[in-house]
Amino acid sequence: MAINRDSNRYTFSFAIVLVVVVGSILALLAMGLKPRQDRNTEVKKKLDILSAMMDIDALNINRSNGEAEFDKYVNLDKAVVLDANGNIKEAVVAFNIDIKKEYKDKTLNSKDRNFPLFVGAKDGETMYVIPVVGNGLWGPIWGNISVGEDLKTIKGASFGHKGETPGLGAEISQSFFINRWIGEGISDQNGIAIKFEVVKNGSGKETTKVDGITGGTITSVGVQEMVNRCMKPYVEYFKTL
Amino acid sequence: MSETVKTKAPRNPLFSKKNKKLITDPLTDNNPVTIQVLGICSALAITVQVEQGVVMGGAVLFVLVLGNLIISLLRNLIPSRIRIIVQLVVVAALVIIVNEVLKAFLPDVSEKLSVFVGLIITNCIIMGRFEAFAMANKPWPSVMDAIGNGLGYAGLLILVAVFRELFGSGTLYGFPIFGDYIEGNGLYSLGYVNNNMMILPPMALIIVGVIIWVQRSRNKALIEEY
Repeated sequence: MAINRDSNRYTFSFAIVLVVVVGSILALLAMGLKPRQDRNTEVKKKLDILSAMMDIDALNINRSNGEAEFDKYVNLDKAVVLDANGNIKEAVVAFNIDIKKEYKDKTLNSKDRNFPLFVGAKDGETMYVIPVVGNGLWGPIWGNISVGEDLKTIKGASFGHKGETPGLGAEISQSFFINRWIGEGISDQNGIAIKFEVVKNGSGKETTKVDGITGGTITSVGVQEMVNRCMKPYVEYFKTL
Repeated sequence: MSETVKTKAPRNPLFSKKNKKLITDPLTDNNPVTIQVLGICSALAITVQVEQGVVMGGAVLFVLVLGNLIISLLRNLIPSRIRIIVQLVVVAALVIIVNEVLKAFLPDVSEKLSVFVGLIITNCIIMGRFEAFAMANKPWPSVMDAIGNGLGYAGLLILVAVFRELFGSGTLYGFPIFGDYIEGNGLYSLGYVNNNMMILPPMALIIVGVIIWVQRSRNKALIEEY
């Protein structure tokens, strides 16, 4: 070959061509797929809210019928947005609030965050679904917690994570961990928010305590912090209902 | 790179003995994890459950085959001084493409893979095979080499995961083997307890070590001389 592959000129031109080609392929791909990905995220958000209210696997609710089922159970018109003190914020659409983004946003004062609350009904009982977000060991964790008509008892939950260790911290999304939350109360008889404690010694049967996950301590503690912090405005709001 | 084999391609049938060896060797006596000692960190991280091993093995196989093919096609064009960076760009671009496409069309698979995407890019098997094989060989043998090493890696991952999931959680691929741990029936009613050590990373290292030991004691040719 006539080209000297070791010359600086060749090396630079190769690098430039490579970067331009790869860069444009990736940029085009990302732009082309964005609408589909956004759509998937929206459906997923609805599924997450639903799964805090019921066992969506048992009811065969999945991505294809998720939206129709969501409209059956949840009334988005009733959803409200609270401020950090539990007062209703007007003119904000609950479903459009990205609490993960707000949580990550360091420039946003934690007092200015929005706290959406979804209202749904299952078998005639009103359910309030509270989205929560926090930090696990490797990255963000999030979830939805549904509270029953008495505004106290946790009826269901769903937890998700970005990249917790499989088999350890990642187990927070499994039903055995979620079931440990069901039946716990979020506030005592005086309406004071209960502080949950994720414990190691198996004493999770006691109220206010939930058994953690072996080998997933930091993730479990992350869930504890997340639930305790995110519940506060809602407990305040529930007092006014 | 002592192990780079220059294959004479012109009249080599597609599945000649030499090409078949490229697939079978990494499964046994040239296993990427136990013999080449590549990809150990991912073998420690994601062998808690068999399912994760299968998913990761499949993902690495896919990226490795495509990557080896691309590098092999470009091998005469890549300037040697920046070849590692070129390899890195190729593998990173492939992984991002796979991730974006999955996110758009198979979102459930994409969620399952989320942790692994980063691990694929940093998996040294991929760079190792690019550098040791694809840079010096024609596309077809490179693809065979990628399939062999991908399968060898996946096989070992699954083997380690079988031990760890069975003794750490009492399940295999999510199915309970020893009875239900939470209900306490089956073997658990007899007082059997899951070994929690198994789900922690150090046990993966020990299991990989035992596998290397067994393999070398069966095949003395693998033992290095000092």
